[in-house]
Amino acid sequence: MRYAETGYNLEIDLTRGNIERVETDPKLAELHLGGLATTAKILWDRVPPETEPFSPNNPLIFSTGLLCGTPATGANRTIVATVSPQTLLMGYSMMGGFFAPELKYAGYDKIIFRGKSPDLVYIYISNDKVEIRDASHLKGKGAVETVDIIQQELNDPKVQVAAIGLAGENRVYMASIEHGRSSASRLGIGAVMGDKGIKAVAVRGTKDINVARPAEFYKLCNDVLKYIQFRDDHPVPGVMPILQGLGSPQEMKHVDEAWHTQNFMWGNSRVRKRDYWTPEVEEKWRGTQESVRKRLISCYNCPMKCGAVISVPGLSTYMMKCFSKLTYTMAAFADLDFGFRIAQRATEYGVDGFSTPQVMAFAVELYENGILTDADLEGCPADNEGRFYWLLDRIVRREGIGDVLANGTYWAAQHIGKGAEEFAHNNIKKHEQLPLKLGMLNPVYYLMYCTGEKANITQIEGQFPQSPFPTMAEREEFVKDWIQVPDEKFKQYLLGWELRGERSNPYYPTIDMSVDIVDWQEKMHYIDDAVGMCAGLSSFPLKPPYHIHNYPAIISAATGLEMNEDKLTEIYNRNRNLIRAFNVRRGLRRADEKPPEDHWKNRFPELEEKLLDAYYKFKGWDNDGIPTKETLQRLDLGYVAEDLEQRGIIK
Amino acid sequence: MSMVVNKKLKKRIRIDVDKCNGCRACEMICSAFHATPKYSSNNPERSRIRVMFEPLRNIYVPVYAGEYTASECMGKNEYVIDGKKYDDCGFCRAACPSRTLFHEPDSGLPLKCDMCEDNPPDEEPLCVQWCITDALVYEEYEGEETEEDVKIADVDISMEEMVAKYGLQKVLETVARMAQKG
Ligand code: SF4
Ligand code: SF4
Ligand code: SF4
Repeated sequence: MRYAETGYNLEIDLTRGNIERVETDPKLAELHLGGLATTAKILWDRVPPETEPFSPNNPLIFSTGLLCGTPATGANRTIVATVSPQTLLMGYSMMGGFFAPELKYAGYDKIIFRGKSPDLVYIYISNDKVEIRDASHLKGKGAVETVDIIQQELNDPKVQVAAIGLAGENRVYMASIEHGRSSASRLGIGAVMGDKGIKAVAVRGTKDINVARPAEFYKLCNDVLKYIQFRDDHPVPGVMPILQGLGSPQEMKHVDEAWHTQNFMWGNSRVRKRDYWTPEVEEKWRGTQESVRKRLISCYNCPMKCGAVISVPGLSTYMMKCFSKLTYTMAAFADLDFGFRIAQRATEYGVDGFSTPQVMAFAVELYENGILTDADLEGCPADNEGRFYWLLDRIVRREGIGDVLANGTYWAAQHIGKGAEEFAHNNIKKHEQLPLKLGMLNPVYYLMYCTGEKANITQIEGQFPQSPFPTMAEREEFVKDWIQVPDEKFKQYLLGWELRGERSNPYYPTIDMSVDIVDWQEKMHYIDDAVGMCAGLSSFPLKPPYHIHNYPAIISAATGLEMNEDKLTEIYNRNRNLIRAFNVRRGLRRADEKPPEDHWKNRFPELEEKLLDAYYKFKGWDNDGIPTKETLQRLDLGYVAEDLEQRGIIK
Repeated sequence: MSMVVNKKLKKRIRIDVDKCNGCRACEMICSAFHATPKYSSNNPERSRIRVMFEPLRNIYVPVYAGEYTASECMGKNEYVIDGKKYDDCGFCRAACPSRTLFHEPDSGLPLKCDMCEDNPPDEEPLCVQWCITDALVYEEYEGEETEEDVKIADVDISMEEMVAKYGLQKVLETVARMAQKG
């Protein structure tokens, strides 16, 4: 019997309409665990570097994580991966909700799509029954609306659906895959789904998921749940509200947005409004949020309630989580009411709430600077809010200027020329980033921004505080019950970190410390992504319930695999290197690894080079960020080394 | 003069639908607890509690599996919530032959909430333990023994909350319909 995993993948060839249930090699879990890592393995094996994002040979993979569907709280992530049209590198995005557990209960660890369907279809999976169904009646329908229609048509409210909206159908590079309160938004994954002609995937499963050592596993899960309760009662003092607790940032719960509105940038990531948050604004925003928020909701088997049911008068109901409540608001210099309204339309269209507002703000800025003209924006209203709705409608339909903007700021700027590149200023690896501009370089964040394979800081950071605590007393208090550190030395790093003076940014944490800290944070994210754990209970927040000390026992009791911290660390390194190798094979090099020029005002080129040198060295990579042959061989990735050697990438 | 009344420790799970976040931890853990060996597998389809939810209509109602009925009942419930009719037995607790709900997916045997009776006595039922948002609250109270107690564990949805949420009129209509059926 296979434990935790089902041991089967579903292979669907859309061109031929062929469906196969394929048993997987149990050895893969031993080597990689599962989730993102075994998905990366499939992409490595099947996708040569020439493969274009919109080629029929570019697979689109929906993967569960190794622990999804087991009693482990928060193990509910669906990892969707493919070649990204935006970065041309591996594109992957994790969504919460209910899809992955349902797929497991249906008896599958992954769905691997290849080919393209000539007509729009949706996939219906009900245990062993798998159908490719006509979706012509769903063409142009909203992503939220689609779920409702499919559930009614199948007469089953328990069926779990992941769907694209108009943006995905039209291969917009910011297109998301929407799934209730969750979405796989980043890197244009929805565009690839649309390109394949898949409107939605609907899953229903009624089979068992087994674990290897039940009593032991149950106790460990119970301990996790108890710790979550403990953390609920003990918020971390001395940090802003959204960092005090567990879960994704609790944006649906908290109304106090002093920090975001005054520290994040408005418009096209340009303008800081230091005095924005007045009592009047707070009162107005509180009124808005409390009137539209109907209920706080969770993902499968998690108590954290990071999402909400949102119902704006006059608009159809949708669900929201996290930060998208502010991205449209701030990009358009508008207020929260506008944010909730436009997000409703954007969710139905199925677009990424991070990139899309920036693309629109970028367009407005180009217009204000005479680079886009009246001819480009013919028919566009003059007020900012009106412009945003108008642009959104054009982008998802790829009409006029919308067709250019639909490729994101990087590609749009290349196309427009006339200096537009200067305005696409907030990208890493061609991908829009959080609208954040800061003063002093933080060496840890520098490394994470540069080297993150996903080009998204929230998928790398966590665990280690973002800034030092002002007083020694606060630091001592913080490290007192910091059980999550892999090694005591991390406590020393934090204790020594000062706001000013010699032991402050950018030279402290020192280069070696920075590398250590990044490695720890990455490690936790890579484990989460392999087991399908929500980062909000593990790699992302301060003092999470899952960490390097309890993960080995949890994974072992669930799967029966022998596991300890060293083994888990080795698996992390293997997975980290495999994804890096995939991207290196597609051309990723050191020159691509830079944060936006203006991310920090105070930059230190010499130090930055040294940081990268040290990080690469620590990873066992050469000076260009390419894993060495020895590193790959040590991690049982000899076949990867051989391939890179044959291509002349490893010399 | 005094009357002799049989007192009995009654168990009850109070459901606060407003606190339910739809996480389905209750379904998962109920099915794991009842697996053999305990916790060796889980499958919400085997759970004795199911959460009926329609997020877009903000409906989240945990329903416990009640009595097995050999045949479909005559008068079906019809709930009207937020303007939408629910006439598909959605919130009924019975394991009845007209639907798959509260039947084992493989054998088709009916399921019924047993209040986790073989759990150590000092512990709360599993679904309550795992519902840390307190949508499910375990209560023990001393009450008069009735025939019903012997037959079925007492589970009720807090009336006040239902009324606050859906309006007295709708609840009354529903109760009236249920009583007719009774
Ligand atoms: S912490 Fe939040 S985002 Fe993560 S699984 Fe729980 S409810 Fe979902
Ligand atoms: S565990 Fe509680 S909050 Fe979660 S679905 Fe069940 S009743 Fe609702
Ligand atoms: S009380 Fe026990 S048997 Fe009843 S639904 Fe809850 S977990 Fe299941």
